[in-house]
Amino acid sequence: MKDLLKIGGKSVNNRLFIGTGKFSSYDVMKRALEEAGADVVTVALRRVDSSSKTDNILDYIPKECILVPNTSGARNADEAVRIARLSRAAGCGDWVKIEVIQDNKYLLPDNLETLKATEILAKEGFVVLPYMSPDLSMAKRLVDAGAAAVMPLGSPIGSNRGIKTKELVEILISEIKIPVIVDAGLGSPSNACECMEMGCSAVLVNTAIAIAENPVGMAKAFSDAVKAGRLAYGAGIPQSTRHANPSSPLTGFLRQRK
Amino acid sequence: MRLRINGEDVLIDAHKTIMELVCGRGLRPERVVVEHNLRIVPREAWPETILNENDTVEIIGFFGGG
Repeated sequence: MKDLLKIGGKSVNNRLFIGTGKFSSYDVMKRALEEAGADVVTVALRRVDSSSKTDNILDYIPKECILVPNTSGARNADEAVRIARLSRAAGCGDWVKIEVIQDNKYLLPDNLETLKATEILAKEGFVVLPYMSPDLSMAKRLVDAGAAAVMPLGSPIGSNRGIKTKELVEILISEIKIPVIVDAGLGSPSNACECMEMGCSAVLVNTAIAIAENPVGMAKAFSDAVKAGRLAYGAGIPQSTRHANPSSPLTGFLRQRK
Repeated sequence: MRLRINGEDVLIDAHKTIMELVCGRGLRPERVVVEHNLRIVPREAWPETILNENDTVEIIGFFGGG
């Protein structure tokens, strides 16, 4: 039986969600998405000036992928709602990743404005994925507001520092009934694997793949790591102990029997 | 006449439609979304939506992002 992630009324096979920023070219990005077998892909919205008419990113994202526009650039709930409505009007589905940020140094999300935007957009039928600081009461409020998943950060966006919020995210996983998807800061496949072993439903990775020396190879590595972590979680990871527990028989081998 | 397009003042011929504006900029209509005076205009309505002096237009498209 396939271990599919049910989210937003869809079943997703690949639990590695991939962001499309910072790739050296759309062509490299396309090959990375294909190599990873990505099912869910995030994009951003921006003003289009006449100089950006040549190439369109949508032409480089495999047709079968679920597109998740983010609301990056939004500094409050109203702006996030405005961006989400624009993205839906563009005809790319009704998934949206809410990202409301006022802090330019750490790019940490504003949970309260994120909640307000989630309430409005969920009522309008959007599949809302809020990027959030891992706080249990806020996560519960996001669930009540109709979020399809919560997306706590692992560490600041683009920092490649890994899952620094581990204990808080573990609390969300144990207490929240909707998918918990770690978003931001995962710097290597082992970081992603660790999240999946913890019981995250998926992870979203962008920078670590996009700026790798070989983004295509790194996309595959992340995808495999996510699969391995998910398998390990399903198989039940044994408790760790302080002392040794022999894995070979301890009976005397070459010694004389008494 | 003067319009504010993507935050910049732009002079264009009078009585243009949104469709003419978008295509005139070399953009593919199916790849952008237009907000006219803060209201999203569905693509079907672009050919008959005429722009007026001092209107605000945002032309938005998709880019890479995480």
